[in-house]
Amino acid sequence: MTEEYNLSVSPHIRKKESVSWVMWMVFLALVPAGIAGVHIFGWNSLRLILISVISAVAAEAIILFLRGRRVALSDGSAALTGLLLGYNLPPQVPFWLPVVGSFFAIAIVKQAFGGLGRNIFNPALAARAFLLISWPVYMSGYAKPFSYPDAVASATPLNLFKESKLNLAEMGLNYWDLFLGRHGGCIGEVAIYALLIGAIFLLILRIVSLHIPLSFLCALGLFSWLFPAQGFAKGDPLFAVLTGGAILGAFFMATDYVTSPLTRRGQIIFGAGCGIITFIIRRWGGYPEGVSFAILIMNAFVPLVDRWQRPRVYGRGK
Amino acid sequence: MPGLFKEFSKGIFRQNPIFMIVLGLCPTLAVSTSLENAMGMGAAATFVLICSNVMISAIRKIVPRSIRIPCFIVVIASFVTIVELLMAAYLPQLAKSLGIFVPLIVVNCIIMGRAEAFAGRNPVFPSLLDGAGMGLGFTLALGIVALIREFLGSGKVFNLTLFKSFEPAAIMVLAPGALLTLGLLIALANIIKKRSA
Amino acid sequence: MEWKIFLTIIISMVFVNNFILSKFLGLCPFLGVSRQIKPAMSMGMAVIFVMTLSGAITWLLYRFILIPLNITYLRTITFILVIAAFVQFVEMVIQKKSPLLYRTLGIYLPLITTNCAVLGVTVLNIDTFFVQGKPVGFSFLLALTQSFFAGAGFTLALLLMSGIRERLQLNDTPRYFQGVAIAFIIASLMSLAFMGFNGFRF
Repeated sequence: MTEEYNLSVSPHIRKKESVSWVMWMVFLALVPAGIAGVHIFGWNSLRLILISVISAVAAEAIILFLRGRRVALSDGSAALTGLLLGYNLPPQVPFWLPVVGSFFAIAIVKQAFGGLGRNIFNPALAARAFLLISWPVYMSGYAKPFSYPDAVASATPLNLFKESKLNLAEMGLNYWDLFLGRHGGCIGEVAIYALLIGAIFLLILRIVSLHIPLSFLCALGLFSWLFPAQGFAKGDPLFAVLTGGAILGAFFMATDYVTSPLTRRGQIIFGAGCGIITFIIRRWGGYPEGVSFAILIMNAFVPLVDRWQRPRVYGRGK
Repeated sequence: MPGLFKEFSKGIFRQNPIFMIVLGLCPTLAVSTSLENAMGMGAAATFVLICSNVMISAIRKIVPRSIRIPCFIVVIASFVTIVELLMAAYLPQLAKSLGIFVPLIVVNCIIMGRAEAFAGRNPVFPSLLDGAGMGLGFTLALGIVALIREFLGSGKVFNLTLFKSFEPAAIMVLAPGALLTLGLLIALANIIKKRSA
Repeated sequence: MEWKIFLTIIISMVFVNNFILSKFLGLCPFLGVSRQIKPAMSMGMAVIFVMTLSGAITWLLYRFILIPLNITYLRTITFILVIAAFVQFVEMVIQKKSPLLYRTLGIYLPLITTNCAVLGVTVLNIDTFFVQGKPVGFSFLLALTQSFFAGAGFTLALLLMSGIRERLQLNDTPRYFQGVAIAFIIASLMSLAFMGFNGFRF
């Protein structure tokens, strides 16, 4: 009753690391970005992140109890979902937003499908989309960096991009600002340097491989460079990659084992698909940012991609 | 007499067309954005259901089995056209809210389903009761979904705001919210079914 | 003539106003056939075929018979009868000409007749591309495009759903959610994801 069997396609690789270790390492890797976010946007951000994490863990405990399962909270997956949801929120949202979001993420997107390892869609991103569509005003109000305790409203670079202020000079920013996160945005997505520290950490530990992030960001950059509004090949790929949730999404959300393909080729297709859809939404869609939706859409394709790209059965030729 | 009452009551709970047999989903999801629309659709569908059940039952002995489906379609479509015209004349606002789902009552699986499963082989009065019961069950289920969606999605019920400080979740009146509500309600119906078995 | 309008229709029919995930037309066959990928693919092909041709036939019917004779209020009855007859005819032809095709495709045809999706797209075509009884510019071509891609959107949703449900068969879905309930939840999340294309404008 307490064992949960994981079914996966061969080859089965045994690692000494358990699921729980992986979750907590990813959590650790995300901490620098959170610290940076709180530094940029103020203590309210820390409050939101904590509420999000606690709600997620509470939701998991309640649902597991209702399902008659052993409540195993130390595996860290609920906490990680809560953390990622918190990072995807604007800094000034009301406190109940992450509570509702976390419950939705854990109860519906994760547990209704069977729990850990069984979900199809990334819970944190699905929750973010859910919140965005339900309370668009709250989810689109961004604060100016370093303007706490009384936040001043400001637009994100992608907001300005949508309004046809097409280059950094018009936005009053430079690449350094983008890299350091000195602009409006979600709590955990702006501080690129902090995110990259965490990403490198995960790459060294081989928890994450480069296939998805690289294909994601290359596709996004390539299409943003080739097909911007200004004309063929007049786009700014660096801008595309450094703004919005691209880095956070590419390294920490699209790479989630459960919701991404099993094979390397599948992963490259997945990453590229995310990048292209993100570009399409940013370029022609109604929303300024497309990373969340792009990853969710590609999540839906993953079972088909895995079916199509069946990994070679060990021992058989071709 | 008790037998006849059963023909009526089965459509409300035990064989509720939406939650138990799982038919007639298209209008349920599309029209349940407000209680007003839901009631309107429920009434229209029930009218067509009762009329077509009665008519089909009345002609059941003279229709050759091989062409019965097209005949049923003609009967149902005629009553739907009557409803369409009546609505356009007397309830234009409702007609506009319900949109293409008024003509789509023709292909509502419930109506064709009951015609084939019941009215086509049973006498007129039981068929009338069957139609009424199923229609009522459909309307009730539709009403429950609409109540949840309208309240959570816009904070109002029948256009009256209930709680001042409640911040409605817009998603509930949109497509994902509809599917989510129905999914959770069917799960709930499953729980009730298993527990009362 | 703006070619962009065609692109907009395509994105609209496949993503933003997807027949299943957004307009809720065609849910019964969707739930029934989406348990496995192969039948889903066959059903999808059948749907695209029927929707496109029905769209064409009903457009012609409306334009050249119903309008001139001033009996547009008979739209519902005539459309559904025409669709039913057409599908019956196609089924007989396929059964005679290609038993293989009949086995993969033909058995789904009756399921499509009394299906909101086909009647829905034919009515939608009329509502969108006729203004006060007169066809708009390129009306027929637009209607054909809309019909085809409505079917394509249906097929896409069906394919994705069947892939997901096949994977979930290996899962440990809570027992009250098994079957239709989890299918709706999957659909709601897919619908959520597809909303990303809202506000699309070329």
